[in-house]
Amino acid sequence: MVETMLESKSEGKSETASTAEQKKVKLDISHLTVSYGNDAAISDVNFKIFENEIFGIIGPANAGKTSFLKALNLMNTFDANMKVEGKILFNDRDIHQLKNVYALRSRIGVVFPLPVGLPMTIYENVALSPRLRGIKDKATLDEIVQRCLQRSALWDEVKDRLDSLGSLLSGGQQQRLTIARALSQEPELLILDEFSIAVDPVTTMRIEEVLKELKNEMTIILVTNLVQQARRLADRTAFFLEGKCIETGDTEALFNGQVENSKTTDYIEGRFG
Amino acid sequence: MTTQSSEAMNEQFDRRTLDWYIDKLVEVIVFISGISAIIFVIGIFVFVTMEGMGFLFDSFSFSEFFGSEYWEPSDEDAPEYGILALIAGTASVTGLAMLIAIPFSLGTAIYIAEFSTGKTREYLKVLVELLAAIPSVVWGFIGLTIMNPLIIELFDVPVGLTVLNAGIILGLMAAPIMTSIAEDALKAVPDRYREAAEALGATRWQVIYKTVLPAAKNGLLGAILLGVGRGFGETMAVLMATGHAVNIPGSVFDSVRALTATIAAELGETAVGSEHYQVLFTIGIFLFLITFVINLTADLIVRGIKNQ
Amino acid sequence: MSVEAMPVENLFTESQLNVKNKKIQSLYRVLFLLMTLLLILPVLIILGTLIVKGGSMISIDFLFTDPVNGMTEGGVFPALLGTVFLVSLALLISVPLGIAAAIYLSEYASENWFTRAINLAIINLAGVPSIVHALFGVGAFVMFFGFGTSILAASLTLAIMTLPVVIVSTRESLQAVPHAFREACWNMGATRWQTIRRVVLPNAVSGILTGVILEVSRTTGETAPIMFTGAVFFLPFLPQGVFDQTMALSLHLFVVTTQVPNVPEQLPYAVALVLIGMVLLMNSISIAFRMYLRSKKKW
Repeated sequence: MVETMLESKSEGKSETASTAEQKKVKLDISHLTVSYGNDAAISDVNFKIFENEIFGIIGPANAGKTSFLKALNLMNTFDANMKVEGKILFNDRDIHQLKNVYALRSRIGVVFPLPVGLPMTIYENVALSPRLRGIKDKATLDEIVQRCLQRSALWDEVKDRLDSLGSLLSGGQQQRLTIARALSQEPELLILDEFSIAVDPVTTMRIEEVLKELKNEMTIILVTNLVQQARRLADRTAFFLEGKCIETGDTEALFNGQVENSKTTDYIEGRFG
Repeated sequence: MTTQSSEAMNEQFDRRTLDWYIDKLVEVIVFISGISAIIFVIGIFVFVTMEGMGFLFDSFSFSEFFGSEYWEPSDEDAPEYGILALIAGTASVTGLAMLIAIPFSLGTAIYIAEFSTGKTREYLKVLVELLAAIPSVVWGFIGLTIMNPLIIELFDVPVGLTVLNAGIILGLMAAPIMTSIAEDALKAVPDRYREAAEALGATRWQVIYKTVLPAAKNGLLGAILLGVGRGFGETMAVLMATGHAVNIPGSVFDSVRALTATIAAELGETAVGSEHYQVLFTIGIFLFLITFVINLTADLIVRGIKNQ
Repeated sequence: MSVEAMPVENLFTESQLNVKNKKIQSLYRVLFLLMTLLLILPVLIILGTLIVKGGSMISIDFLFTDPVNGMTEGGVFPALLGTVFLVSLALLISVPLGIAAAIYLSEYASENWFTRAINLAIINLAGVPSIVHALFGVGAFVMFFGFGTSILAASLTLAIMTLPVVIVSTRESLQAVPHAFREACWNMGATRWQTIRRVVLPNAVSGILTGVILEVSRTTGETAPIMFTGAVFFLPFLPQGVFDQTMALSLHLFVVTTQVPNVPEQLPYAVALVLIGMVLLMNSISIAFRMYLRSKKKW
C-alpha cells in the first residue's frame, strides 16, 4: 500500500515535469479493465488526472468512455454483471479498498448524457445531497440551492417556481438542474458525460463558461463527442477507441498533430467516428 | 482549500457512518422478508404433514385411500377413508367449470384485447375485475339460494345442488382470473406481428386466428392451468353448491362432494389428533401437492414465452 | 375473374373473398362480444338480486346491533367488528412484510436461481387452496405456537395467504420507477436504502396503497382460512384481545345460510349485501385510485 503510493507519486512527478510540476495527482488509473459478462468494455487503461484541470476524453461511440466513468464512481457495486479489474487511486487512495464507498461517491459529481431530474421539487433536487450529508438547517439549504442554481445558469428561470417538479422541466433545464445537483455535492471531482447532447447551443456555451470558472475549485473530467468542445475546454485530453486508451496528451499538442498514433489525428480531423 | 478537504475526506473514506450501518441492516431485513415466502411454503407443507403424519405412517394404504369410494369416517367399528368419490366430485365440478370458463374467458380476453378500444376496454376490464372480487362464500350463497331453485324449475329435477350448479358457479369464479391472464398473454404478442399480417390484407379475425393466437399459445395454456388450480382449491362455493353428498356422479344432475369441502365441513367436528383429523390433514397434503404441481407447470409454461 | 375483365372502378371495390372474410370477422366479433356480456351479466344480476331481496333490511341499525333470537333477528355488529379486527391485524403483519419482500425482489435481488425460487414460492403461496392455508393455520398457529383458536391465529393465517397480493403489487409499483432515478441518486453518494427511502418509495407509495386496498378487499371475503383458526359461529360478547375468538362477516353469511334454522328469507341476502358491499367498495376505491394515478404523470 505505502509502496504503491510512493511509486505513483514519483511516477506522476517524472511524467508531468514539463507541464505542471507543482500539480497534485487527483486520479491515478493503472491497468483498468471493465467487462460485462465476457465482453470487455475497456481494457488496460493507464493515465493520471491532475488536480484543478479539465481532462477531456474524446472518442467515437462504444469506445468505453461511459464504462470508464462508471468504474470511477464504483457503480459496479450496483451492477452484478459489471466487473472491474485494475487499480484506481483517488487522492492516493485505492478506491477498491475504501471502507465507506458512499463517502467517495458523494465527493464525485456526475452529469449524465440524458438529464435526469428527480421526481421531486426543483428545490428538493438540489437540496437532496446536502440533506444526505446531514444538513438540516433551512437557511443553509436555501443558500446552497440558490448558489448552485445560479452557477448552473438556471436560477433566473426557476427562482419563482422552486416547488414545481424537477422531472417535468424541459431537457435543457433538466440538464442544468443535474449540474446544479452535482455542484450541491461540493465535489472534488466533477464528471460530465456528453452533457451537451440534450442542451441547445446557447446553453452549452453558458455551461462551458461556468466550467472554466469551476476549474479553480475542482477537477473536471469532460467526456465529449464534440472534439471542438474538448479543444475549447480541456487542458489535457485522452483519446479512447474500441475500449482502449490510444493516447493522452496536452490538448493543444494533440490538436496540432503532435500525436503518437495517427488514428488520433484522423479522429480529431473527422475522418472517422 | 482542496488540500484541506482532501485530508478531511480521506478520513471519511475509513469512517462508516450511521447511514452505512442502517443500509446494511435494511439489507438484512429485506432479505429475510424476501425469503419469507419460501419459508411459508415449506412451513405449510411441514405443518400440514406433521398433523397428518400419524395416519400417513400407521394405517395409510395407497389403494384404499385413492381406490375406495367409501368415505365413512363416522363408522365407529370400521371407519373407511376412501377419497375416490371425493376426487370424482372435485374433478367433475372442476371439469364442468373449465368447460364453461375456458371458452368464455378466452372469448372475453380476445374481445377485450383485440376488438375493443379506449374507454370500452377500460370499462370491460373493470367489470371483469369486479367479477373476480366477489368472495367465494357469496358465490356459495348464490348457488344455494338463486341457482338451486332455478335448476330445479328449469330441468325439473328434485335437487338443484349438483355438479351443474357448482360447475357454473366455479366457472364464473375462475373465468375472470383466466381472462386477465389470457389478456396479458395476448397483449404480450408484439404489434408488428399484427401489422405484418394486416399489411398482407388479412382481416382482423384472420390476424387473430392465424397470428396472435399461435403466438400467445403458451400464455393461454398457463391461464387455463391456473384456472384449473383455482377450481381444484376452491372451498366455500363448492361446499355450499354441490349438495355435499359422497357420490361418483353419473350426470351433471347428481350431487357430489369435493375434497376441499370435506375438510371444511368435518374438521370442526373431529377430535384433535384422532385418526379422522389426521386423514383430513392427509387430504390437505394431497391438495397442496396437486396445486403445487399445477402452479409450477403453469409458471414454467408462462415463463417459457417470456424467455423466447 | 381476371383483372382485365373487370371494369376499372371495380378494382377498388372488394372481391367476393374479401366480403366473405369480413362477414366471418363480424360474426366472430359479435360472438366474442356476447361471451363478454354473458360473463359480466351475472355480476349485475347478482347485485340486483341482493339489493332487491336484502336491501330493505339494511339500515344503520342492522349494522350496529347484535344478532338476537338464535341469529334469526337483529343485526351483524359483532361480525362486522370481528372482520374489521381480523383484517386490520392481518394487514399489520402482511403489509410491512410484503413491502419489505418486494423491496428485496425489486431493489436488491439479481437474476439468479435463488430469486426464481422466491418468485416460485410467491406463485405457490397464492395458489395453495384456502382450506390448506386453514390447515396450516391450525397446525402452526393454533397448535404448535399455542395461540389457540384466536384472532391472532386467524389473522396470521390470513396475512400469509394474502402476502403474495402485497408483494406482487408493491414490486410492480417499485419497478415502475425508472432506473435512471436510482442511478442518479447512487452517484450522489446515497446508500441503497437512502435511495429507496427518498426517491423510490415516495414515487411508488400510491401504487403500493392501491395494492393494499385490493388486499383489504380479498381478506374481507375470505372464509375457509378463518373457520378453524379464530372465527366462530356465534359469540355472546365482543372480543377483548387478540387471543379471543371472534365472529366474522363472511363466516356469518355461511352460518345464517346453512346452519341456522328458521332464518327469515331476507336476512342472508342482507348479510351478503353488507359483505359484498364492503368488498366491492374497497375494490372500486382501488380501481379509481389506479386510474387517477395513471392520469397524473410525474415524469
